Amino acid sequence: MNYIPTPPTGGGCRTAPVLKERGQREVFCGLTGIIWLHRKMQDAFFLVVGSRTCAHLLQSAAGVMIFAEPRFATAILEEGDLAGLKDAQDELDMQVERLLARRPDIKQLFLVGSCPSEVIKLDLAKAAERQSQKHGPNVRVLNYSGSGIETTFTEGEDACLACMVPVLPQTDKRQLIVVGALPDVVEDQMLELLKGLGIDNVRCLPTRTAADELSVGPNTVFALTQPFLGETHAALLRRHARHLPAPFPYGEEGTTAWLAAIAKEFDVDAETFARVTDAPRARARAAVSQASEALQGKSVFFMPDSQMEIPLARFLARECGMLPIEVGMPYIHDAIHGPDLDLLPAGPQISEGQDVDKQLDRARAARPDLTVCGLGLANPLEAEGLTTKWAIELVFTPVHFYEQAGDLAGLFSRPVRRRNILGLEAAE
Amino acid sequence: MKLSVWTYEGPPHVGAMRVATGMKGLHYVLHAPQGDTYADLLFTMIERRNHRPPVSYTTFQARDLGADTSHLFKDACRDAIERFKPEAIIVGASCTAELIQDDPGGLAETMGFDIPVIALELPSYQRKENFGCDETFFQIVRHLAKPMERTKRITCNLIGPTALGFRHRDDIEELTGLLSEMGIDVNVCAPMNSTPTDIARMGAAHFNVLMYPETAEAAARWCETNLDQPYTKVVPIGVGATRDFIAEVAAITGRPALIDETRLRQPWYAASVDSTYLTGKRVFIFGDGTHVKAAARIARDEMGFEVVGIGCFNREMARDIRATAKEYGVEALITDDYLAVEEAIEKLQPEMILGTQMERHIGKRLGIPCAVISAPVHVQDFPARYSPQMGFEGANVMFDTWVHPLVMGLEEHLLHMFRDDFEFHDDAGPSHHGAQATARLEQVEAVQTVTSDNVIWLADAEKELRKIPFFVRGKARRNTESFAAEKGLNEISKDTLYEAKAHFAR
Repeated sequence: MNYIPTPPTGGGCRTAPVLKERGQREVFCGLTGIIWLHRKMQDAFFLVVGSRTCAHLLQSAAGVMIFAEPRFATAILEEGDLAGLKDAQDELDMQVERLLARRPDIKQLFLVGSCPSEVIKLDLAKAAERQSQKHGPNVRVLNYSGSGIETTFTEGEDACLACMVPVLPQTDKRQLIVVGALPDVVEDQMLELLKGLGIDNVRCLPTRTAADELSVGPNTVFALTQPFLGETHAALLRRHARHLPAPFPYGEEGTTAWLAAIAKEFDVDAETFARVTDAPRARARAAVSQASEALQGKSVFFMPDSQMEIPLARFLARECGMLPIEVGMPYIHDAIHGPDLDLLPAGPQISEGQDVDKQLDRARAARPDLTVCGLGLANPLEAEGLTTKWAIELVFTPVHFYEQAGDLAGLFSRPVRRRNILGLEAAE
Repeated sequence: MKLSVWTYEGPPHVGAMRVATGMKGLHYVLHAPQGDTYADLLFTMIERRNHRPPVSYTTFQARDLGADTSHLFKDACRDAIERFKPEAIIVGASCTAELIQDDPGGLAETMGFDIPVIALELPSYQRKENFGCDETFFQIVRHLAKPMERTKRITCNLIGPTALGFRHRDDIEELTGLLSEMGIDVNVCAPMNSTPTDIARMGAAHFNVLMYPETAEAAARWCETNLDQPYTKVVPIGVGATRDFIAEVAAITGRPALIDETRLRQPWYAASVDSTYLTGKRVFIFGDGTHVKAAARIARDEMGFEVVGIGCFNREMARDIRATAKEYGVEALITDDYLAVEEAIEKLQPEMILGTQMERHIGKRLGIPCAVISAPVHVQDFPARYSPQMGFEGANVMFDTWVHPLVMGLEEHLLHMFRDDFEFHDDAGPSHHGAQATARLEQVEAVQTVTSDNVIWLADAEKELRKIPFFVRGKARRNTESFAAEKGLNEISKDTLYEAKAHFAR
């Protein structure tokens, strides 16, 4: 089985010069990932060790306070913890004790570092180790940092998944690990496709519960479903697993290329591949072509945010007929983003990092038909007459694989169609 | 260390942002890591602002910490002034930057800008959002306002409204109209809609109207001492408070307290017969101190409710709320712990909650109706329509808002009348329209049950209890059980049920 999407006639973007900027960044920190991770891992609890700002961020990013008692909380550092009046480690043990007593359903506890806990060098690894000994094997305690000084938005998920890799048991069995937190319904679709291809030994990281077995070793290959998993990628390589580089499974083409990379590794024949993928491919193409009508020939500008920008630009350019002007990423990792950059038709400015005011100047000058940006920028840009798509929805909504390809195009086309429908000029 | 699930207030630098974002021509340079930029969305999404908040974040990263972060701050100041050309800047640190001790105020002052530079000291690990508002506005006023000649006409400053405030936008309009009827102009409204230049001419007003003590009390006190401006102590939320406010303003200015009340409908609506069912509804009130204090008075004196508990999340108002609680014969709950509030509500079992968005969720969980009276704000708290809390229109708005979550009087009566109809039983679902209606299932035989206190509900009592409409059944059960406990009974019969009903009859 060997499927390779047609490379762009004018060349791709892999070797295009990258505009690197350093200035004010308008992005969330990695703590935000907790909002979707806690829903994926149903027996996990995320305890942020941080400030009132961290708690406020989580609550604002979650949007509404729908859960009376969610599976995340913040241990807020107080004056006494900072001034050394109290031993922060003791304080933390006490909070964890109280939490676990009240929530016996918790099987995995993540101690999540924040900007203040990193700056005061509060050793959460030590705390996690100590608490694991105390509360194990019933509860596994791990730690990672979601701090804004180290992680950008989706990198929080990366840090979380990466911290689980070193403690995975060793195995020599031949297997595939699919990495990235996907909604259960999407994950099931993916497993179904792989099963159809005859690949049975598939595990997912993260597992849905702590009891689900997962191990890793030299005969493990892994595929990433999200483009922001650089640290997890490195952690798996350290466990001697091998990465299957591929474009990300957004859209019909991305999904096919992603599946093909796995099919090739597992020697799936072309006939089986066609039998499994032909029907969903046709469905996805039909859905995308319908949902992307409003996008054809329109320009798009990506502010760096979710780290999904390059693969999404590839999807929008190749499957929805859009013209990317600038594709900004918080950071670019060639081993992970290379296959998508190869396919993205040359032309757009690729940028890494951010100086938000300068970038906004460029967006205003370019007047794109659609700007993909964070929540802080969306309404102000709309008020200036630019149509926007807020990026956080891309990580909250099922967008991967064939059956969601049309929905993914729809996420981008809805704001464009909406602007056309609304008959009155918005004056505010 | 304190475990927190949901918070009523953000950190103090968010308070400073609320002041800066409400103003024009002011810029806030905030020494903070990248994640802190989330705060922009509070303003652009929740309040639907069409501009980014005027805040430059230094967004330092871990790799900067080993080197020099102060130059990042200086660059951000220089860039902000060059790009946005503000009339003044405020500078400060968020929680993380406070730890690295770069002293933004000191740094900015040495840079030789030709505009006022106002340094903020907001201790992130001790104080919260409201303090941040209050302190920031106070510092701005202290730096910029000067004593000056009074305006010829009687004028006042409206102080306290900020960005992201609970109905501040509409309260300004309502009070401006009310004062104008009294022949009083607004000299400056601040922080909302003011510029640093406006702040500088605050001294021209004859007095200050302190709209929200949470956000401007320090400034009001400073103006009293340094600009010789008295300030109003009554917050005009509710009919009685609005009349008191008018009297207070009349006393300060010597203007007659004559206000046209023809558009005030609240007293008649409360007196009309449909409102009879509101009598003695047991309400629990929680929110910021100012709104809670006002709501308690409205609840008791203007709606005819029974106040069964009050509390506030802002410690700064604790003394006031404790005094109010005493007046109402209830305990004050001063806490910012959402779980403690939930516990109090569960214990008190009120028939209605007047609270914040948090209590709205508690109410949803416990099946208790809730009307929102205070921040923290939610996108729903910024309605498109004019919807003040202050003044006479505010009183009208509040009547509607508070009654809305309750079943209306006539409706409640009809529910009683038709409670035995086949289409109106517990399992019928929310609507009886069309095919939704399902006939009442065969009545399951009632058997005796035992409560947690080992009181036995005899089968006939249990059966009788089921005839009571579901939305008051819980209350009937609790009342009967507490009556039985009081009388030392260990069995509840049908008679006990009706004795209890008579006992609790109001």
